[in-house]
Amino acid sequence: MTKVQTMQDTASPLGEIELVVFCSGGQSFSLDIRHVREIRGQSAVTPLPHSPEEVLGVMNLRGAVIPVFDLSSCFGLGQTEQDARNVIMIAMNDTRTIGLLVQSVSEIVSIPHASIQDAPAMLGGPAQSHISGLIQLAEGMSRVIDLPALIQRRLPVPA
Amino acid sequence: MAGPDAFRALFFEEAEDLLATLSDEIARLKSGERDNEIVHSIFRAVHSIKGGAGAFALDRLVGFAHRYETVLDGLRSDRLSLTSDLLRVVERSADHLSVLVEAARSETDTDPTVTAAALAVLDACLDGGAPTPGVPSVSVEPAPIFAFAPLSLDLDGIDDAPATQTFTIRFRPHPALYDNGHEPALLIAGLADLGTVRTELDLSALPDWTAAAITEPALVWTIRLDTAAGRSAIEDVFEFVEGLCELSVTDEAECPSPSEPIPAVEADMPAPAATTGPVPPIAPTAPATTSEGAPPRPTLRVDLDRIERLFNAVGELIINQSMIAQRVDDLQLHHDTDMTSHVESYRLLARDIQEAVMAIRAQPVKPLFQRMSRIVREAADGTGKQAQLVMLGEATEVDKTVVERLADPLTHMVRNSVDHGLESPDRRIAAGKDPVGTIWLSAAHRSGSVIITIRDDGAGLNREKVLRVAVEKGLVPAGAELSESEIDNLIFMPGFSTASAASLLSGRGVGLDVVRTAVQALGGRVGITSRPGKGTEFTIALPLTLAVLDGMLISVGGTSMIVPIAAVLETIRPLAGDVQQIGPEERLLSIRGRFVPIIDLAETLGFPRAATDDPAMLLLLVETEARGTCALLVDRVHDQRQVVIKGLEGNYGQVAGVSAATVLGDGQIALILDPDGIVAQSQSGPSQLAPPQAAPTETGNSQAGGPRAAALT
Repeated sequence: MTKVQTMQDTASPLGEIELVVFCSGGQSFSLDIRHVREIRGQSAVTPLPHSPEEVLGVMNLRGAVIPVFDLSSCFGLGQTEQDARNVIMIAMNDTRTIGLLVQSVSEIVSIPHASIQDAPAMLGGPAQSHISGLIQLAEGMSRVIDLPALIQRRLPVPA
Repeated sequence: MAGPDAFRALFFEEAEDLLATLSDEIARLKSGERDNEIVHSIFRAVHSIKGGAGAFALDRLVGFAHRYETVLDGLRSDRLSLTSDLLRVVERSADHLSVLVEAARSETDTDPTVTAAALAVLDACLDGGAPTPGVPSVSVEPAPIFAFAPLSLDLDGIDDAPATQTFTIRFRPHPALYDNGHEPALLIAGLADLGTVRTELDLSALPDWTAAAITEPALVWTIRLDTAAGRSAIEDVFEFVEGLCELSVTDEAECPSPSEPIPAVEADMPAPAATTGPVPPIAPTAPATTSEGAPPRPTLRVDLDRIERLFNAVGELIINQSMIAQRVDDLQLHHDTDMTSHVESYRLLARDIQEAVMAIRAQPVKPLFQRMSRIVREAADGTGKQAQLVMLGEATEVDKTVVERLADPLTHMVRNSVDHGLESPDRRIAAGKDPVGTIWLSAAHRSGSVIITIRDDGAGLNREKVLRVAVEKGLVPAGAELSESEIDNLIFMPGFSTASAASLLSGRGVGLDVVRTAVQALGGRVGITSRPGKGTEFTIALPLTLAVLDGMLISVGGTSMIVPIAAVLETIRPLAGDVQQIGPEERLLSIRGRFVPIIDLAETLGFPRAATDDPAMLLLLVETEARGTCALLVDRVHDQRQVVIKGLEGNYGQVAGVSAATVLGDGQIALILDPDGIVAQSQSGPSQLAPPQAAPTETGNSQAGGPRAAALT
């Protein structure tokens, strides 16, 4: 049921997993590379009326209308500062495609599956529900994002 | 790929066409035409439905179709004469047949007593119809329920039939036979119903399986049939494949060498597999690859998904075209440069392609209208009224999705017209009218929309009663002065229903407000005009397609948005004296003696107001359901244009006040406003509307500035 299990199902024979590591709100996050479709420079976003703070608006991805979320805001780390280095990661989960505004993408790492540690239960708030695990990298700890949970919580309640 | 589901779907599609033919032909009979070909055509349609239904073991459908067919056969062979009563039976049976087809498609159950009653009516016709003796006919013999199961032939036929003859039938299907969906096994099963069948299948012409392409069907059947039925009965079995196969029927006496296998033509694999009994299951596999070499067909069935894909691509093309056009425009080239003319040709080509693709999806409203004639009959029967439906402009074409989504509202309105519009026969006679009421259903194109009208020649709206009910239900204040058309429009209000005794038909607790909502969801409008004593007319105006929309490009708070043209009544720059302040927030526009509430669009959407030097207001008068006419305060009105609708639901979800989005020429996304949603929001009060997470204002320079230029890539 958990994301970790689904990863194992399709993980490489060595039990390795590739993660895109990036920085948002001054913290390091990572996302399973199979969720990432592409990384784009920041482009124009059309704001949506009365959307929550973390929903920046919608953008045009080759004719598709996709929502763009400010990842830093999703984790309660404040709005991402406007910066030329900011990028939008196009991430996909099942049928939904979204954009995530992050400060910068640093690297792609391949790590053994077993080295993903469960997030401690003491985490609360958005961190608890959007993080599926933690990994230790040379630069420090990175938070593995649970994309389905993140998307699910951002969607507006159907009218 | 083509699994049983695909065949099933194909059967239902064909059944729909056949039912349409049925209904057409019956209409011809009703109009007084008497041509044996019409009866034949009706018979063939019913027979084809029966045959197809048998293949899917839809027993009830087969059973009913069989009995129906028996009556039609009586008509065809002049054993029954076409009285008006019988015509009625034929018509009602067609109705019931379509009910059964629909039930089979949706895999729901129908009331068996209704079917039993319909069968009883058909039986009564047969009994009363004094069959002429001596006419050999297969279908007269009682066969309550057939189960045509392909490939499982009941070969223990009736052996004790009198004067059995043996026929040898050589049957070699052409590719077209398979292409038209016929199935040799069913034909052979049809023969098996006539008597005892022995089948030989000649596989000798079958090429090697490893051959690159098998384009010609190679199977030849030699069937020996012992039957009491004559040659004509055999020919009847093959009636629908006439010209689609090589068929020879020889009497045993005439041709004493029946089982001689047909010499194989250049056979690499001379292995004639003579079999007795069931047709080997190999039979249907060979023709599956025979699509090439088929004669051209007038129509082509295409998976809707493929058309969707094409349609989306064309949408992109249109957007791309306007982007290029805009860029070229920005270059400010001379008008006579090559570039300008090429871009113009490109624009025209793109529009041509768009129109062509739209035409693929366009469908005539005829099948929809034909369904309505059944609704009229049912509704008339249910209310003890007499009604006829007259259809006009049923060839008018509308986008498939519009046709589909129009079915429910239209059904409701037609029922409503019979139920509430028409008077009872007594009252009609008293009023000097024909006791049979008429409902006119018409469709026509008018300036980019399709107009559907439902008119009855009933008593018209009882305005006094309508107003009284509306006041009683608290929909309008007592003593309100309403114009006639305002009173008429009251019947669309939620919670309004005049039926003093809720009838089974339209009084299902669902009012016309549901119709209005459904039509508005399609981007259309519904109106009513009524003349006392003369009748009522409902008009539905719909866009031709749901994929593009005529919109007005406006800007609000520095953001470009689209307002559907259908909702816009006019744009207006009011004079200073025309705007009145009410309380601290509310403002009213005085226009032609009426007061219209002004809604500040930027504020309602939570966008910052653009700082303009222009103190004059620019208002967009829009028609809304909840509050009638409202004036939206906007910053600028740019132009009118056609935009491709892009849903927000796919990747995000519904956003209040926004119905969809589109991509503008510069690649920017513009939201398409939903005026009703906007009005509903502004009504719920500004306190609710300005929650702390007013994202755009807080992010200030980054997002609130509206469309920033594409920063970088």
